[in-house]
Amino acid sequence: MVDSLSSQHDARLDAAISRHLGSEGPLLPILHDIQAEFGCIDDHATRRVAAALNLSRAEVHGVVSFYHDFRERAEARPILKLCRAEACQARGVEALVAGAQARAAGRVAIETVYCLGLCSVGPAAMIGGKVHARLDAARLADLIEAQA
Amino acid sequence: MKVRISDDAVALACGAEALAAAFVQHGAEVERVSSWGMHWLEPLVEIDGMGFGPASVDDVAAIMAGNAGALAIGPIAEHPFIAGQQRLTFARAGRTRPLSLDDYAATGGWKGLERARAIGPAATVDEVMASGLRGRGGAGFPTGIKWRTVAAAPGACKYIVCNADEGDSGTFADRMLMEGDPYCLIEGMAIAAHAIGAETGYIYVRSEYPHAVRKLEAAIAASRAIVAPVVLHVRVGAGAYVCGEETSLLNSLEGKRGEVRAKPPLPAIEGLFGRPTAVNNVLTLAAISHILADGADVYAAYGMGRSRGTKPIQLAGNIRHGGLYEVAFGITLGELVNGVGGGTASGRPVRAVQVGGPLGAYFPPALFDTPFDYEAFAAADGLIGHGGVVVFDDTVDMARQARFAFDFCAAESCGKCTPCRIGATRGRETIDKVLAGGDPAAQLALVADLCETMKFGSLCALGGFTPYPVMSAITHFPEDFAAEQVAAE
Repeated sequence: MVDSLSSQHDARLDAAISRHLGSEGPLLPILHDIQAEFGCIDDHATRRVAAALNLSRAEVHGVVSFYHDFRERAEARPILKLCRAEACQARGVEALVAGAQARAAGRVAIETVYCLGLCSVGPAAMIGGKVHARLDAARLADLIEAQA
Repeated sequence: MKVRISDDAVALACGAEALAAAFVQHGAEVERVSSWGMHWLEPLVEIDGMGFGPASVDDVAAIMAGNAGALAIGPIAEHPFIAGQQRLTFARAGRTRPLSLDDYAATGGWKGLERARAIGPAATVDEVMASGLRGRGGAGFPTGIKWRTVAAAPGACKYIVCNADEGDSGTFADRMLMEGDPYCLIEGMAIAAHAIGAETGYIYVRSEYPHAVRKLEAAIAASRAIVAPVVLHVRVGAGAYVCGEETSLLNSLEGKRGEVRAKPPLPAIEGLFGRPTAVNNVLTLAAISHILADGADVYAAYGMGRSRGTKPIQLAGNIRHGGLYEVAFGITLGELVNGVGGGTASGRPVRAVQVGGPLGAYFPPALFDTPFDYEAFAAADGLIGHGGVVVFDDTVDMARQARFAFDFCAAESCGKCTPCRIGATRGRETIDKVLAGGDPAAQLALVADLCETMKFGSLCALGGFTPYPVMSAITHFPEDFAAEQVAAE
């Protein structure tokens, strides 16, 4: 039972790898696919990717740990990416942070992102690829509650 | 009744999806178009050329009944914000459906590519040279010279790479172009590939732009036959600001850590996978389509000094009329902020304006007569960069902004060179010491010395330009770094 589960897991990993093996510089597309499917790129995935691409584990780990997007452990909670770059600072995002953290109370992971390209209508946030702008304390609280 | 509503990310973030659905529910035909770039009016509703915005679901019935007077802005194309612009790169903004090949061809699309093919690679490079076009990503390097170098470099395999890693806060023109007029970028890349002798192109888009990624993928699929034999691919970044630096971007495309490479060798000689590579910004390549279609002289007729053509400027932050403003070089910062932008959104006085992203200088209103021009900004110890203008009102604490600049550099440094890797962290600590109040003059002298080292010792612009926001904050707003001000808080 456990064996068949882990072989299914490996089959999904291998599918993500083989989708991009024919392209030039396939590592980032592979890592994106693995993270989209499993929520993270763990040690097992790192080994499997390294073997498939004839890289050392250190090389793959080096890439995974370099980029902010890639995580080695999955985040179980919903993720709200809040822009805290200069344009959103100018529109008051810093005053919203403490309240948002308190409202989320550990139920939603509030992560900092530097710029969503919505700099004229901030403060802005992204949840699962959907963007939200003109946030104030109330609208941000509503977004958090909708996820929690 | 036909209703036009943008599907640009700004419109979506302001509720365009629900608004469009409500119009459909009320029996209207809804057409999704690109954004006009008047972001304070988004979601903007267009009916027979007349605009209504910002509209919400609650306004639908009134707009359709013709009594939404408070939201009516009149004919959109004649709105002062639009009428005052010289839109070449963004000529289609608001006017076409982003993925419609018919709309693209009907508005002059593919004419530049046809002409490039007709006149041949060498004459295409000459045309770009004659236009005076300089890289719109921020560095301002002459595009024609870059292309000539790649074209002359030995090797059968060359690449065209589009830098769409638009990470600067206060900038969104690349995003708007990719979402609103993707074929314009594709045509520019096809022309570039033709000119330099490349058959493969990569568009490296940041992961924070999922809408742009989807639009580009669809547009590449739909235009494959038109740009053949050139083959284009979209590659998605992974949240590293430094990958906007071209050599770091190339490493990332190769599947490596996005660390900066030492130059030389230039990417034009040894770029992607060691092959000759032209790396150009989205707006540079989009301008190419226009330059080849209408001629270099038309483009070069705009601008001032050695800054030829138009610059898509992005008005952002605490500004009343934020959005995309494409205009010939030469407009002053004050005209942009107070005239076009209408001052702050908060209604409070403007105190500082950061131009050129997180690595750009903060300008006080005293310098608002600075014209938008590469050389004029350099002379004022600033940079125009990618053309982002972020406005702050008088509640801003400039010491905090200087500290943030170091913080940002520390968070995003690739770690390759010491001035950036160590300097960012030491800089933030030293600003903290200034704010703690012990001999601020001595600490500020240390900051100035550190900035000197970072500016001249860093491998790329991340460490090299972080001194711009820091030193401009200290120079123009010294009162925010005084110990007594801190003690009073």
